Amino acid sequence: MSTYFSKDHEWIKVDGDMATVGITDYAQSQLGDVVYVELPEVGKALKQGEEAAVVESVKAASEVYAPIDGEVAETNGALVDEPGKVNEDPEGAAWFVRLKVVDAGQFAALMDEAAYKAYVETL
Amino acid sequence: MADADVSAELMQTPLHDLHVELGARMVPFAGYAMPVQYPAGILAEHLHTRGKAGLFDVSHMGQAWLVGPDHETTARALEAFVPSNVVELGRGRQRYTVLLNAEGGIVDDLMVTRPVAEDDDGRLFLVVNASRKDVDYALLRAGLPDAVRLEVIEDRALIAVQGPKAVAAVAAHAPDAARLAFMTAAPMEFDGIACHVSRSGYTGEDGVEMSVPAGAAEAIVRALLADERVRPVGLGARDSLRLEAGLCLYGHDLDETTSPVEADIAFVLQKRRRVEGGFPGSGRILGELAGGTGRKRVGLRLDGRAPAREGAEIRLPGGPIVGVVTSGGFAPSLGAPVAMGYVAAGHAVPGTELALVVRGKELPATVVAMPFVPHRYHR
Repeated sequence: MSTYFSKDHEWIKVDGDMATVGITDYAQSQLGDVVYVELPEVGKALKQGEEAAVVESVKAASEVYAPIDGEVAETNGALVDEPGKVNEDPEGAAWFVRLKVVDAGQFAALMDEAAYKAYVETL
Repeated sequence: MADADVSAELMQTPLHDLHVELGARMVPFAGYAMPVQYPAGILAEHLHTRGKAGLFDVSHMGQAWLVGPDHETTARALEAFVPSNVVELGRGRQRYTVLLNAEGGIVDDLMVTRPVAEDDDGRLFLVVNASRKDVDYALLRAGLPDAVRLEVIEDRALIAVQGPKAVAAVAAHAPDAARLAFMTAAPMEFDGIACHVSRSGYTGEDGVEMSVPAGAAEAIVRALLADERVRPVGLGARDSLRLEAGLCLYGHDLDETTSPVEADIAFVLQKRRRVEGGFPGSGRILGELAGGTGRKRVGLRLDGRAPAREGAEIRLPGGPIVGVVTSGGFAPSLGAPVAMGYVAAGHAVPGTELALVVRGKELPATVVAMPFVPHRYHR
């Protein structure tokens, strides 16, 4: 299983042709307390960079973008009832969607963990 | 998602270094670097304020004196700008009011306090919004009579302590604070430091606001934070607290086009002024009091969990736009989203079913009486 990161602070864990997407610990710390999560419909075809989900903190709404093209295979409905999980376990239990991978070549444009850490330090 | 850098050009309050030491996330606000939240986070800060006591640095707000030869002269001078009864304001009493433009629109909302000491007769203490200081001061200076002058206070900090344990925590250092009634004020000593304390605030909770010497602000705050009941609270929770309390934020719920009647704060007009008029825009405002307004500020409860933010359209369900949200968000005390906004007259009655448009979707909402969370002022 490989993990990649986007400049929009999504992580993506790839297992075969299935990719699980969430937001990074850095992203949740910037958002503050998450109070609402809106998830896409299962079956929706997303293009890379399209809005995959919406997270609302006490302060403001933010989008979670699809880091790759993919069809929404599954969403994490537990976040709807417990949005605070995004703050507690952003890189674990609080994943947002699972996408069926269309083009594995898109991973090349994403960052690995070391590159993402270096990127965050520049912010 | 990164916050904007806090530019070196921003002004700093006397508590700036302490905020940084406490781990605050600093953001630009009305020209100042201000703490939006501390490490505990907005939800925890909000709930701590409702449960115990939150401490807020509000030193960015404008503090000023109006100074004239006697109370009558100074009060009459201020009454030329505001629709409230200032002349009959008792010693040591504080009042919420608004500066008006010639069209009856709200230039700012502010607190005016008549000092309790007879020696201070002729002085009125004003606290205005940070974002409106320059506008307010220019307006006042341009219109004050020669006998009355505006003295802007630059050497004092302003600290709010809010919540059910706030007054007890302050009274441990300034015992006289416990004797203040809501909307009264008095000079007192906090651990020997001369302060001016009023029993008021902007959260719906009991509490005080303390005007203190800038050089002593950090010592006072450190003394209060040593009390386990008191935690620092940033602008994020200040906003969610005032929203739950149904209180207006200038530039969002109030602006220069909005009258006090539309804003549903007509309580700023005491009876004598309603009878006598003679304030800016009195024709419009008295007409609205008698005949109603075209739009009115209302509170809205949303079904579901999605918050509606400022700017969201208010519609009749499946129908035309009837208004706009001016403040909206998640109410931590209720665990649910709330909003306030302006709707066309006829849709402002509590119980009216409306819809708020969020990301293109209509969310069902109901007009409700405010505050969303009951006030707990010390009457």
